Amino acid sequence: MGSGSSPCASCKLLRRRCAKDCIFAPYFPSDDPHKFAIVHKVFGASNVSKMLQELPIHQRGDAVSSLVYEANARMRDPVYGCVGAISFLQNQVSELQMQLAVAQAETLCFQMQQDPVALPTQIDQHQHHHQHQDHDQKSLLLSNSDFNSIPHQYFSSFASPSNVIQDPLKRESLWT
Amino acid sequence: MISNNPTRCAACRFLRRRCPQDCVLAPYFPSSNPERFACVHKIFGAGNITKMLEQLPVHLREAAADSMFYEASLRVEDPVYGCVRIISQLQHHILEAQSEILKTNGQIASYIAQQQLQQQQQNVVDGASYQQDMQISEYLGVGSDVQTLANDSYFHP
Repeated sequence: MGSGSSPCASCKLLRRRCAKDCIFAPYFPSDDPHKFAIVHKVFGASNVSKMLQELPIHQRGDAVSSLVYEANARMRDPVYGCVGAISFLQNQVSELQMQLAVAQAETLCFQMQQDPVALPTQIDQHQHHHQHQDHDQKSLLLSNSDFNSIPHQYFSSFASPSNVIQDPLKRESLWT
Repeated sequence: MISNNPTRCAACRFLRRRCPQDCVLAPYFPSSNPERFACVHKIFGAGNITKMLEQLPVHLREAAADSMFYEASLRVEDPVYGCVRIISQLQHHILEAQSEILKTNGQIASYIAQQQLQQQQQNVVDGASYQQDMQISEYLGVGSDVQTLANDSYFHP
Protein backbone atom coordinates (compact mmCIF):
# COMPACT_ATOMS: atom_id res chain seq x y z
CA MET A 1 0.00 0.00 0.00
CA GLY A 2 1.09 3.60 -0.66
CA SER A 3 2.69 5.37 2.21
CA GLY A 4 4.95 8.36 2.76
CA SER A 5 7.94 6.16 3.58
CA SER A 6 7.88 3.66 0.72
CA PRO A 7 6.56 4.67 -2.68
CA CYS A 8 5.19 1.93 -4.89
CA ALA A 9 7.12 0.87 -7.99
CA SER A 10 4.96 3.09 -10.20
CA CYS A 11 5.46 6.26 -8.24
CA LYS A 12 9.16 5.49 -7.91
CA LEU A 13 9.50 5.18 -11.67
CA LEU A 14 7.31 8.19 -12.33
CA ARG A 15 9.13 10.13 -9.64
CA ARG A 16 6.12 11.37 -7.83
CA ARG A 17 4.71 11.21 -4.37
CA CYS A 18 2.93 7.97 -3.65
CA ALA A 19 -0.46 8.94 -2.26
CA LYS A 20 -2.31 6.81 0.28
CA ASP A 21 -4.96 6.03 -2.30
CA CYS A 22 -2.49 5.46 -5.15
CA ILE A 23 -4.27 3.28 -7.67
CA PHE A 24 -1.09 1.43 -8.60
CA ALA A 25 0.27 0.73 -5.15
CA PRO A 26 -1.68 -2.49 -4.38
CA TYR A 27 -0.52 -4.09 -7.64
CA PHE A 28 2.97 -2.74 -8.21
CA PRO A 29 4.94 -3.14 -4.98
CA SER A 30 8.31 -1.45 -4.69
CA ASP A 31 10.16 -4.78 -4.55
CA ASP A 32 9.29 -5.55 -8.20
CA PRO A 33 10.12 -2.48 -10.27
CA HIS A 34 10.39 -4.46 -13.50
CA LYS A 35 6.69 -5.32 -13.42
CA PHE A 36 5.53 -1.71 -13.68
CA ALA A 37 8.36 -0.71 -15.98
CA ILE A 38 7.27 -3.19 -18.62
CA VAL A 39 3.58 -2.29 -18.37
CA HIS A 40 4.43 1.39 -18.56
CA LYS A 41 6.62 0.82 -21.59
CA VAL A 42 3.90 -0.95 -23.56
CA PHE A 43 0.67 0.63 -22.36
CA GLY A 44 1.69 3.81 -20.60
CA ALA A 45 0.99 4.71 -16.98
CA SER A 46 -1.97 6.96 -17.75
CA ASN A 47 -3.68 4.29 -19.88
CA VAL A 48 -3.17 1.69 -17.18
CA SER A 49 -4.51 4.07 -14.56
CA LYS A 50 -7.60 4.80 -16.69
CA MET A 51 -8.18 1.08 -17.30
CA LEU A 52 -7.93 0.26 -13.59
CA GLN A 53 -10.20 3.12 -12.60
CA GLU A 54 -12.91 1.77 -14.89
CA LEU A 55 -12.85 -1.61 -13.17
CA PRO A 56 -14.32 -2.69 -9.85
CA ILE A 57 -11.62 -3.22 -7.23
CA HIS A 58 -12.01 -6.99 -7.07
CA GLN A 59 -11.12 -7.29 -10.78
CA ARG A 60 -8.11 -5.02 -10.81
CA GLY A 61 -5.65 -7.67 -9.65
CA ASP A 62 -6.48 -9.95 -12.57
CA ALA A 63 -6.47 -7.03 -14.97
CA VAL A 64 -2.95 -6.08 -13.87
CA SER A 65 -1.78 -9.68 -14.20
CA SER A 66 -3.12 -9.92 -17.73
CA LEU A 67 -1.61 -6.56 -18.68
CA VAL A 68 1.77 -7.68 -17.36
CA TYR A 69 1.44 -10.90 -19.36
CA GLU A 70 0.60 -9.00 -22.54
CA ALA A 71 3.35 -6.49 -21.99
CA ASN A 72 5.90 -9.28 -21.50
CA ALA A 73 4.69 -10.95 -24.68
CA ARG A 74 5.01 -7.69 -26.59
CA MET A 75 8.54 -7.14 -25.28
CA ARG A 76 9.59 -10.65 -26.26
CA ASP A 77 7.97 -10.38 -29.66
CA PRO A 78 7.62 -6.73 -30.71
CA VAL A 79 5.87 -7.67 -33.95
CA TYR A 80 3.21 -10.14 -32.87
CA GLY A 81 3.09 -10.00 -29.07
CA CYS A 82 0.34 -12.20 -27.62
CA VAL A 83 -1.07 -12.80 -31.07
CA GLY A 84 1.96 -14.94 -31.84
CA ALA A 85 1.21 -17.11 -28.87
CA ILE A 86 -2.45 -17.39 -29.86
CA SER A 87 -1.51 -18.48 -33.36
CA PHE A 88 0.99 -21.02 -32.03
CA LEU A 89 -1.55 -22.47 -29.61
CA GLN A 90 -4.22 -22.61 -32.32
CA ASN A 91 -1.87 -24.68 -34.47
CA GLN A 92 -1.23 -26.99 -31.52
CA VAL A 93 -4.94 -27.41 -30.97
CA SER A 94 -5.50 -28.24 -34.66
CA GLU A 95 -2.78 -30.88 -34.56
CA LEU A 96 -4.19 -32.42 -31.42
CA GLN A 97 -7.69 -32.41 -32.92
CA MET A 98 -6.36 -34.40 -35.87
CA GLN A 99 -4.56 -36.85 -33.61
CA LEU A 100 -7.70 -37.30 -31.55
CA ALA A 101 -9.84 -37.86 -34.63
CA VAL A 102 -7.43 -40.51 -35.89
CA ALA A 103 -7.37 -42.26 -32.53
CA GLN A 104 -11.16 -42.17 -32.26
CA ALA A 105 -11.50 -43.62 -35.77
CA GLU A 106 -9.19 -46.44 -34.73
CA THR A 107 -11.29 -47.30 -31.69
CA LEU A 108 -14.39 -47.31 -33.88
CA CYS A 109 -12.67 -49.80 -36.19
CA PHE A 110 -11.91 -52.04 -33.25
CA GLN A 111 -15.48 -51.80 -32.03
CA MET A 112 -16.75 -52.74 -35.48
CA GLN A 113 -14.41 -55.71 -35.64
CA GLN A 114 -15.55 -56.94 -32.28
CA ASP A 115 -19.24 -56.62 -32.87
CA PRO A 116 -20.05 -56.22 -36.56
CA VAL A 117 -23.59 -57.60 -36.12
CA ALA A 118 -24.53 -54.72 -33.91
CA LEU A 119 -22.90 -52.25 -36.30
CA PRO A 120 -26.00 -50.17 -37.23
CA THR A 121 -26.97 -49.91 -33.56
CA GLN A 122 -23.46 -48.98 -32.62
CA ILE A 123 -23.33 -46.27 -35.21
CA ASP A 124 -26.70 -44.92 -34.05
CA GLN A 125 -25.46 -44.96 -30.48
CA HIS A 126 -22.24 -43.32 -31.49
CA GLN A 127 -24.09 -40.57 -33.33
CA HIS A 128 -26.52 -40.14 -30.46
CA HIS A 129 -23.63 -40.04 -28.04
CA HIS A 130 -21.96 -37.36 -30.09
CA GLN A 131 -25.10 -35.32 -30.52
CA HIS A 132 -25.72 -35.51 -26.83
CA GLN A 133 -22.24 -34.35 -26.15
CA ASP A 134 -22.25 -31.95 -29.03
CA HIS A 135 -21.57 -28.92 -26.91
CA ASP A 136 -18.72 -30.60 -25.07
CA GLN A 137 -17.27 -31.97 -28.28
CA LYS A 138 -17.46 -28.51 -29.78
CA SER A 139 -15.65 -26.97 -26.89
CA LEU A 140 -13.11 -29.79 -26.92
CA LEU A 141 -12.65 -29.84 -30.66
CA LEU A 142 -12.89 -26.08 -30.88
CA SER A 143 -15.30 -25.78 -33.74
CA ASN A 144 -16.03 -22.47 -32.04
CA SER A 145 -15.01 -19.87 -34.57
CA ASP A 146 -13.26 -17.82 -31.92
CA PHE A 147 -10.39 -20.24 -31.90
CA ASN A 148 -10.15 -21.66 -35.39
CA SER A 149 -8.43 -18.62 -36.76
CA ILE A 150 -7.72 -15.05 -35.89
CA PRO A 151 -10.52 -13.03 -37.50
CA HIS A 152 -9.50 -11.51 -40.81
CA GLN A 153 -10.96 -8.08 -40.21
CA TYR A 154 -8.07 -7.41 -37.84
CA PHE A 155 -5.44 -8.00 -40.43
CA SER A 156 -4.66 -6.17 -43.59
CA SER A 157 -1.71 -8.43 -44.23
CA PHE A 158 -0.74 -10.97 -41.65
CA ALA A 159 2.21 -13.29 -42.05
CA SER A 160 2.12 -16.39 -39.93
CA PRO A 161 3.40 -15.40 -36.52
CA SER A 162 4.06 -18.98 -35.53
CA ASN A 163 7.16 -18.82 -37.67
CA VAL A 164 8.40 -15.99 -35.57
CA ILE A 165 7.55 -17.07 -32.08
CA GLN A 166 9.01 -20.39 -31.12
CA ASP A 167 8.96 -20.70 -27.41
CA PRO A 168 8.13 -17.69 -25.32
CA LEU A 169 4.61 -18.32 -24.20
CA LYS A 170 3.78 -21.86 -25.14
CA ARG A 171 4.79 -23.35 -21.84
CA GLU A 172 3.58 -20.61 -19.59
CA SER A 173 0.39 -21.28 -17.78
CA LEU A 174 -1.47 -18.35 -16.41
CA TRP A 175 -1.60 -17.24 -12.89
CA THR A 176 0.85 -19.84 -11.54
CA MET B 1 8.79 23.22 -45.70
CA ILE B 2 7.29 20.02 -44.44
CA SER B 3 4.85 18.60 -46.94
CA ASN B 4 1.71 17.14 -45.51
CA ASN B 5 -0.53 14.32 -46.59
CA PRO B 6 -3.48 15.75 -48.53
CA THR B 7 -5.78 13.63 -46.39
CA ARG B 8 -4.77 13.30 -42.79
CA CYS B 9 -4.45 9.74 -41.55
CA ALA B 10 -6.82 8.55 -38.85
CA ALA B 11 -4.17 9.02 -36.18
CA CYS B 12 -3.38 12.63 -37.04
CA ARG B 13 -7.04 13.43 -37.46
CA PHE B 14 -7.79 11.96 -34.04
CA LEU B 15 -4.87 13.82 -32.49
CA ARG B 16 -5.78 17.00 -34.36
CA ARG B 17 -2.38 17.56 -35.82
CA ARG B 18 -0.83 17.94 -39.22
CA CYS B 19 -0.12 14.69 -41.01
CA PRO B 20 3.41 14.85 -42.50
CA GLN B 21 4.38 12.95 -45.65
CA ASP B 22 6.56 10.65 -43.57
CA CYS B 23 3.96 10.06 -40.84
CA VAL B 24 4.89 6.75 -39.19
CA LEU B 25 1.27 5.88 -38.46
CA ALA B 26 -0.35 6.88 -41.76
CA PRO B 27 0.27 3.63 -43.67
CA TYR B 28 -1.38 1.57 -40.96
CA PHE B 29 -4.17 3.83 -39.79
CA PRO B 30 -5.90 5.13 -42.90
CA SER B 31 -8.52 7.86 -42.62
CA SER B 32 -11.11 5.39 -43.92
CA ASN B 33 -11.00 3.47 -40.64
CA PRO B 34 -10.97 5.89 -37.69
CA GLU B 35 -12.19 3.26 -35.23
CA ARG B 36 -9.04 1.22 -35.74
CA PHE B 37 -6.81 4.00 -34.46
CA ALA B 38 -9.21 5.02 -31.72
CA CYS B 39 -9.16 1.48 -30.35
CA VAL B 40 -5.38 1.11 -30.44
CA HIS B 41 -4.87 4.58 -28.99
CA LYS B 42 -7.21 3.83 -26.10
CA ILE B 43 -5.14 0.84 -25.00
CA PHE B 44 -1.60 1.57 -26.06
CA GLY B 45 -1.51 5.31 -26.61
CA ALA B 46 -0.35 7.08 -29.76
CA GLY B 47 3.13 7.75 -28.39
CA ASN B 48 3.73 4.11 -27.52
CA ILE B 49 2.40 2.90 -30.86
CA THR B 50 4.69 5.29 -32.71
CA LYS B 51 7.70 4.28 -30.60
CA MET B 52 7.03 0.58 -31.08
CA LEU B 53 6.58 0.91 -34.83
CA GLU B 54 9.64 3.10 -35.22
CA GLN B 55 11.75 0.42 -33.58
CA LEU B 56 10.75 -2.12 -36.21
CA PRO B 57 11.96 -2.52 -39.79
CA VAL B 58 9.39 -1.15 -42.23
CA HIS B 59 8.40 -4.54 -43.65
CA LEU B 60 7.27 -5.72 -40.19
CA ARG B 61 5.29 -2.66 -39.16
CA GLU B 62 2.04 -3.65 -40.80
CA ALA B 63 1.94 -6.98 -38.96
CA ALA B 64 2.79 -5.18 -35.71
CA ALA B 65 0.01 -2.61 -36.23
CA ASP B 66 -2.45 -5.40 -37.03
CA SER B 67 -1.53 -7.41 -33.95
CA MET B 68 -1.78 -4.32 -31.75
CA PHE B 69 -5.22 -3.61 -33.15
CA TYR B 70 -6.28 -7.21 -32.45
CA GLU B 71 -5.00 -7.08 -28.88
CA ALA B 72 -6.53 -3.66 -28.29
CA SER B 73 -9.92 -4.81 -29.61
CA LEU B 74 -9.93 -7.78 -27.29
CA ARG B 75 -8.94 -5.58 -24.37
CA VAL B 76 -11.77 -3.17 -25.13
CA GLU B 77 -14.19 -6.14 -25.22
CA ASP B 78 -12.76 -7.68 -22.09
CA PRO B 79 -11.07 -5.02 -19.95
CA VAL B 80 -10.01 -7.55 -17.31
CA TYR B 81 -8.36 -10.29 -19.35
CA GLY B 82 -8.12 -9.04 -22.94
CA CYS B 83 -6.55 -11.55 -25.31
CA VAL B 84 -5.06 -13.43 -22.37
CA ARG B 85 -8.46 -15.05 -21.87
CA ILE B 86 -8.13 -16.70 -25.28
CA ILE B 87 -4.62 -17.92 -24.46
CA SER B 88 -5.88 -19.39 -21.20
CA GLN B 89 -8.76 -21.13 -22.93
CA LEU B 90 -6.50 -22.51 -25.66
CA GLN B 91 -4.10 -23.88 -23.05
CA HIS B 92 -7.04 -25.48 -21.29
CA HIS B 93 -8.27 -27.03 -24.54
CA ILE B 94 -4.82 -28.38 -25.27
CA LEU B 95 -4.72 -30.11 -21.90
CA GLU B 96 -8.18 -31.55 -22.47
CA ALA B 97 -7.29 -32.80 -25.94
CA GLN B 98 -4.07 -34.36 -24.67
CA SER B 99 -5.97 -36.11 -21.90
CA GLU B 100 -8.58 -37.36 -24.37
CA ILE B 101 -5.88 -38.66 -26.70
CA LEU B 102 -4.21 -40.53 -23.83
CA LYS B 103 -7.53 -42.06 -22.85
CA THR B 104 -8.31 -43.08 -26.44
CA ASN B 105 -4.84 -44.55 -26.92
CA GLY B 106 -5.40 -46.54 -23.75
CA GLN B 107 -8.61 -47.93 -25.23
CA ILE B 108 -6.77 -48.86 -28.41
CA ALA B 109 -4.06 -50.63 -26.40
CA SER B 110 -6.77 -52.52 -24.55
CA TYR B 111 -8.40 -53.61 -27.81
CA ILE B 112 -5.06 -54.77 -29.18
CA ALA B 113 -4.34 -56.73 -26.01
CA GLN B 114 -7.78 -58.34 -26.23
CA GLN B 115 -7.16 -59.31 -29.82
CA GLN B 116 -3.79 -60.80 -28.99
CA LEU B 117 -5.30 -62.79 -26.14
CA GLN B 118 -8.06 -64.08 -28.37
CA GLN B 119 -5.48 -65.04 -30.98
CA GLN B 120 -3.41 -66.91 -28.43
CA GLN B 121 -6.46 -68.75 -27.17
CA GLN B 122 -7.38 -69.66 -30.72
CA ASN B 123 -3.86 -70.96 -31.33
CA VAL B 124 -4.12 -73.18 -28.25
CA VAL B 125 -7.46 -74.57 -29.43
CA ASP B 126 -6.10 -75.13 -32.94
CA GLY B 127 -3.02 -76.82 -31.53
CA ALA B 128 -5.10 -79.15 -29.34
CA SER B 129 -7.37 -79.95 -32.27
CA TYR B 130 -4.38 -80.73 -34.48
CA GLN B 131 -2.91 -83.07 -31.87
CA GLN B 132 -6.23 -84.82 -31.56
CA ASP B 133 -6.36 -85.32 -35.32
CA MET B 134 -2.85 -86.70 -35.33
CA GLN B 135 -3.68 -89.17 -32.55
CA ILE B 136 -6.74 -90.39 -34.41
CA SER B 137 -4.71 -90.78 -37.59
CA GLU B 138 -2.02 -92.78 -35.80
CA TYR B 139 -4.67 -94.96 -34.20
CA LEU B 140 -6.17 -95.63 -37.58
CA GLY B 141 -2.74 -96.20 -39.07
CA VAL B 142 -2.97 -93.38 -41.52
CA GLY B 143 -1.02 -90.22 -41.57
CA SER B 144 1.94 -88.72 -43.25
CA ASP B 145 3.26 -92.22 -44.06
CA VAL B 146 0.34 -92.70 -46.39
CA GLN B 147 1.38 -89.82 -48.54
CA THR B 148 4.98 -91.07 -48.66
CA LEU B 149 3.85 -94.56 -49.62
CA ALA B 150 1.58 -93.14 -52.23
CA ASN B 151 4.39 -91.15 -53.66
CA ASP B 152 6.62 -94.20 -53.64
CA SER B 153 4.05 -96.29 -55.39
CA TYR B 154 3.60 -93.57 -57.93
CA PHE B 155 7.23 -93.38 -58.74
CA HIS B 156 7.91 -96.95 -58.12
CA PRO B 157 4.93 -98.78 -59.46
